[in-house]
Amino acid sequence: MRSGKLLPSLLFALAATAAPSGAAADLKVVATTSEYAALATAVGGDRVAVTTIAKPTEDPHFVDARPSQIVAMNRADVLIEGGAELEIGWLPPLLDGARNPRILVGAPGHVVASEGIQLLDIPAAADRSQGDTHLAGNPHFMLDPENARIVATHLARVFTALDPAGKSAFAANLEAFDSALTARMQEWTAALAPFRGRQIVTYHPTWRYFCRRFGLEANTFLEPKPGIPPSPPHLAAVIAKMAAENIRVLLLEPYQPRKTAESVAAHNGARVVDVCQFPGALPGTETYLDLIDTNVKRIAGALAGGN
Amino acid sequence: MKLNSLVASATFAALSFAAAGGAQSSPAAPAAGQPDPVAQLRREIDDLRADYAQRIAALEARLAALAEAPPPAPTPPPVAPVETPAPAPVTVLSGAGGKNYLNLSLDGLFAAGASTAPDVPALEPGGHDPAQRGFTVQNLEMVLEGAVDPYFRAQANVILQISPEGESVVELEEAYATTTSLPHGFQLKVGQFFTEFGRLNPSHPHAWDFVDQPLVNGRFFGGDGLRSVGARISWLLPTNFYSEAYLTLQNSQGETLSSFRSVPGESLFGREIVEREVKSVSDLLLAPRYAASFDLSDTQTLLVGASAALGPNGTGENGKTRIYGVDGFWKWKAANAFKGFPFVKVQGELMYRDLYADASPDGAQPSASFDDWGGYLQINWGFKPGYVAGLRFDSVGGDSGGLEGGDPTDNPDTDALRRRIRLSPVLTWFPTEYSKLRLQYNFDRGDAFVDDEHSLWLQLEFLLGAHSAHKF
Repeated sequence: MRSGKLLPSLLFALAATAAPSGAAADLKVVATTSEYAALATAVGGDRVAVTTIAKPTEDPHFVDARPSQIVAMNRADVLIEGGAELEIGWLPPLLDGARNPRILVGAPGHVVASEGIQLLDIPAAADRSQGDTHLAGNPHFMLDPENARIVATHLARVFTALDPAGKSAFAANLEAFDSALTARMQEWTAALAPFRGRQIVTYHPTWRYFCRRFGLEANTFLEPKPGIPPSPPHLAAVIAKMAAENIRVLLLEPYQPRKTAESVAAHNGARVVDVCQFPGALPGTETYLDLIDTNVKRIAGALAGGN
Repeated sequence: MKLNSLVASATFAALSFAAAGGAQSSPAAPAAGQPDPVAQLRREIDDLRADYAQRIAALEARLAALAEAPPPAPTPPPVAPVETPAPAPVTVLSGAGGKNYLNLSLDGLFAAGASTAPDVPALEPGGHDPAQRGFTVQNLEMVLEGAVDPYFRAQANVILQISPEGESVVELEEAYATTTSLPHGFQLKVGQFFTEFGRLNPSHPHAWDFVDQPLVNGRFFGGDGLRSVGARISWLLPTNFYSEAYLTLQNSQGETLSSFRSVPGESLFGREIVEREVKSVSDLLLAPRYAASFDLSDTQTLLVGASAALGPNGTGENGKTRIYGVDGFWKWKAANAFKGFPFVKVQGELMYRDLYADASPDGAQPSASFDDWGGYLQINWGFKPGYVAGLRFDSVGGDSGGLEGGDPTDNPDTDALRRRIRLSPVLTWFPTEYSKLRLQYNFDRGDAFVDDEHSLWLQLEFLLGAHSAHKF
């Protein structure tokens, strides 16, 4: 009797929640992190519906493979991952659970954004005694706007292949993004030009590409090795270096330990600057261009010693 | 290269155009006073050459300027970027290290500690639980995993252990292939694998939140978990929330099927397991499961499931076992989690076993049915990066209504039904995701024990090689 009631109600629930099929010609795009989502939106415009797996405020190395993401990935036409092992701890079970041939490795809809990008910090050997290094290289390449340009082009090509009717729209969107980026690059380069060669401290080697692009140096980290928590002797060495070389700026991302950063900065009057690598993690960073703009302004402001 | 070919084709086009122009003018041409067409062609070619020389010089100047400009800027995409061919793939990394055809890892799990109970295995029914006072090799697990071809992935887990007697044991825990691209949300799994029953049974000791497995898993599924060779089909339902249905069919005989056909000569509720042939599909183990998940908020996720394991048991031709279970898992993780911390997760399972034992062949033991149940509820709190505090409550019990004498405490054959509880606080430190150090205290009370028992276990884990990602 009980199962007699259960079955119809279950069927009803299924019918009520069944996904509407073929609602539009939209490409369903799943991005592992929000900077790819932002680029997909910029290039795809209203021809794409984008969802993001990782929250922009959380540590991208440790994301939960929530089952709801399996559903999103099951229906996706395009999956954008950074590659370079950033997502290795959580993307594989999602991909396995999604059982979607359109986005399997090697499928036209599987975008590995690091393809065609020259990665930094490729370790000489696979050796975890050196911390949580990524064999393919430093995965935080999207903080260099010139790399975003390459990825945007990559996305436009993939979207066009999967939705040929959108070819001119994607080309126009890419052109708009590209010229806006070129214009902003001039502003950003000018804003940071007075500080060429200046050193900054970061918690993790997240800002290597950004600093290389804009002529800053980010070679000092609160982590003694990537992914390894700071030890007191290492922090003491960082504090000494900051004092000796007059390093005044320490970058901190939303999920990184604020107390550690503030106590290091307090020793020599340095400034802790809130920055982020993912759109949406800080106010006013919803698009990719706004993300870089916010970071540039905050870093330039701190290097200038103002607000 | 693209630029080269562009220049070459442009040159070719220009030359052929010039040549065609020359040919056209030729029929009317060689009149006196008219310019010599050959000379004209030569002049045009000279013009072209000069033009190209100029352009090449300009390009060289631009290149030199670019080379000097710090930092090395990647060239902006060509004029028609949508048409540009894909850059050559450097590495494809998802799901694999990308450098090998298979990922290899070795996980070592060791325990040390002591218990007030001299007979530790009586307290700790799990095959990967601490097995004695002093040191235990809980598990040395080798995992080989990778993509077979475009259609299958495969994984094998080979276990090495050293028994309390010092004997090395090798065990093929799992070895299976799963399909990657069946249509309509289906997935097939074939091989030797853990039955997808509940939450803990299909997981490996490395992924557990405690030093030992819950008591109910030991009672119902034996020390090594419910697993066998067979096939499983699962279907990701077309609902807006995660919803998946599983159906597993596996062999029902073997030491990892202790509630089912088990191993002839072993015993189940005091009855000797007899040889039983497979006469139809109903003599195999059938295990359906349904699981659903909901994101309660941006930071909270709930996963619930219901499972059953149905099959024959080895007490006789009519012996039959049905195990039902429900499981739940809730997790909160901070929106600005660092290294995945802080978090709170709550997990629980409740199981019920209905076992019909056939009369023994000699008629000494009549047929009987046994009902027992068990469950656990655990909470784990990752209070700062790398540190997790947890508490688990275990309870098992049952009755033997169908058995003469009724009261399980009077009958040594029904030890397996006796009430037991356990309380286990635990503290774990993860220096990185590749190692952990864990301290757990167990308080055990049971009808079969004269006194309450106290145990303290320290666990160490190391992981070499590829860290296979955890499911939610």
